[in-house]
Amino acid sequence: MNGALFSFRRFWAVVVKEFMQLRRDRMTFAMIVAIPLVQTMLFGYAINNDPKHLPTAVVCSDGSPLARSLEASLINSGYFDVAGRMSEAEAARAFKEGRILFSVSIPSDFGRRVLRGERPEVLVEADGTDPTAASGALAALAGIAARAQARDFQGPLAHLAPRPAPYSFAVHRRYNPEGLTRYNIVPGLMGLILTLMTVMMTALAVTRERERGTMENLLASPLTPLEIMAGKILPYVAIGHIQMGIVLAAALFLFRIPFAGDPLVFYASSAVFMAANLTVGVTVSSIARNQLQALQMTIFYFLPNLMLSGFMFPFAGMPDWAQAIGCVLPLTHFNRIVRGVLLKGSGWPELWPELWPIALFAGIVLVLAVASFRRTLD
Amino acid sequence: MDACAHVIDVHGLTKRFGRRTVVDGVSLAVRRGEIYGFLGPNGSGKTTSIRLMCGLLTPDSGRGTCLGFDIMKESAEIKRRVGYMTQKFSFWEDLTVRENLDFTARVFGLPRRRQAVEEAIEGLGLQTRAGQLAGSLSGGWKQRLALAACMLHKPELLLLDEPTAGVDPAARRDFWEELHRLAAKGISVLVSTHYMDEAERCHKLAYIAYGKLLASGTAREIVEGQGLATMAVQGSGLQELHARLLRDARVEQAVMFGSSLHASARDAKALGEAVRGALSSGQTCTPAQTGLEDVFIFMMNASRDSFGVRP
Repeated sequence: MNGALFSFRRFWAVVVKEFMQLRRDRMTFAMIVAIPLVQTMLFGYAINNDPKHLPTAVVCSDGSPLARSLEASLINSGYFDVAGRMSEAEAARAFKEGRILFSVSIPSDFGRRVLRGERPEVLVEADGTDPTAASGALAALAGIAARAQARDFQGPLAHLAPRPAPYSFAVHRRYNPEGLTRYNIVPGLMGLILTLMTVMMTALAVTRERERGTMENLLASPLTPLEIMAGKILPYVAIGHIQMGIVLAAALFLFRIPFAGDPLVFYASSAVFMAANLTVGVTVSSIARNQLQALQMTIFYFLPNLMLSGFMFPFAGMPDWAQAIGCVLPLTHFNRIVRGVLLKGSGWPELWPELWPIALFAGIVLVLAVASFRRTLD
Repeated sequence: MDACAHVIDVHGLTKRFGRRTVVDGVSLAVRRGEIYGFLGPNGSGKTTSIRLMCGLLTPDSGRGTCLGFDIMKESAEIKRRVGYMTQKFSFWEDLTVRENLDFTARVFGLPRRRQAVEEAIEGLGLQTRAGQLAGSLSGGWKQRLALAACMLHKPELLLLDEPTAGVDPAARRDFWEELHRLAAKGISVLVSTHYMDEAERCHKLAYIAYGKLLASGTAREIVEGQGLATMAVQGSGLQELHARLLRDARVEQAVMFGSSLHASARDAKALGEAVRGALSSGQTCTPAQTGLEDVFIFMMNASRDSFGVRP
């Protein structure tokens, strides 16, 4: 065969065609801009892992000043919004109906027993169906009892005041001193949006040709499979970069996420990450018979990325086998790279261990993509 | 050299998809400047055969050349020199006429691309619609665009897969006149079709059913090859006569053609007796020339019986 396996001219013909079609497809064009922008804004502002002002019921038949000051200190912590006093039965119903997340039961002789030094128990019930929502508030309880009632135990009651521990913990949250959720969410969204968009758009772009019967035209022409594939991918690499730019701009200027590291490291890593996703997109498009199947397969790939990459849930908390799956996914490593570059100011030496798994993934899937694309010819 | 006389010369082409043999030992020779008609019922393997010949599919067995290039090894060369028009409109409906032609010109690497595209648009008479999306064209115009696009790189051989399906009669006639003009210039055409009038416009024909080539040659050769005699019956109440003739073993085939009924069989004498014996009052019968359509229906039924395929 003396025909070149790759001709830039033919490849460029496909790229130009792809852009022309994109320009006509207003909806897709709008989505390219709207999805990263809207999602970053929406999730960046909406998601908070340390929720406060949680609806709480106080079940109390004790009128003592100590009970009242306990209630006040619950409110003052900022975590609990006391909806009012309720009977036990009312509180149980409110739990079921989802009106409250906490109930605090203060026993009827609370004040008296405290004064007697009996250390009465205050029962705090939490709605455990959403552990994340309750965890912050429950962690704050210890401090509430110790600190907020210090005022009550003065003078003759001083012996009731808790003794301070012989040492104390000084906690310092590195890279995110205020513990802001958006420092985690917004950089994480970058990889998530890129994964969804690049995989889906390449998968659809190729299956669309098959579904409409135009693929036969491409295959019957002098175009080689490599030219078709590369020509269809390049436009989405460009779009991926635009989308990344949008999310990055939103992160820096709207959410005031610091950019501590080297932009070059960031750019190079995201190019490798995009390449990995595009190979997945091409593989999907070779296997899927139509656009609907392509979409379903994209979601099938996207969900583990969402759940196991350490974006939604802490990576360290997953069992070993799940971590192993997570380690295969490019998004897991890309999330660490983005956090590393943006928040920690990491450079090549720190990020290389995260970059090569993405490159390896891209290489292996590329072989798979080319092999499955070839098979569709016959 | 053989390849000079024959633009397509293939022997024993076989293609299987899974356990199904779609094309079974097809041999075909098309001469330069010939319009070669490719006929057969739906799903008979016409499209697959055409794809095998232009290098889009690799045959499981068989050998042959297309424009002198080996269909097994030199499909890239073949693709560059052949114009292939797919059965379904396979240009981009969200691109304009000009953009579609321009893309094709780029892919084939035409020198003076813009000029070639403008000439094609003029040749089509599409100057006023060049900026229109291909998807908004009517069936006839789509087909003309597809033909113009696959002629853009001036191929020596056209492979046309049911090019006139869903096109109105006037556009079909124009299309065939264009094909004959091209053939006169020395371009060879292999065209698959379902229409008998189109089949009769071809220089040569091949009939394929269930993946097997059943007959090939000129229309006359094919008709004579089957040795069928035909009687045409006119009159009223032909439906009952049709049913009666189908039960008669001496009549091998009875087909309604609008206002007349064609009965055919290889034994002319027995056929004549059978038909005359079955006539009712008001019906007249005359010996008729066996047509291509009679022969094709006969071959299709015969092949169905011999391959044990249920109708």
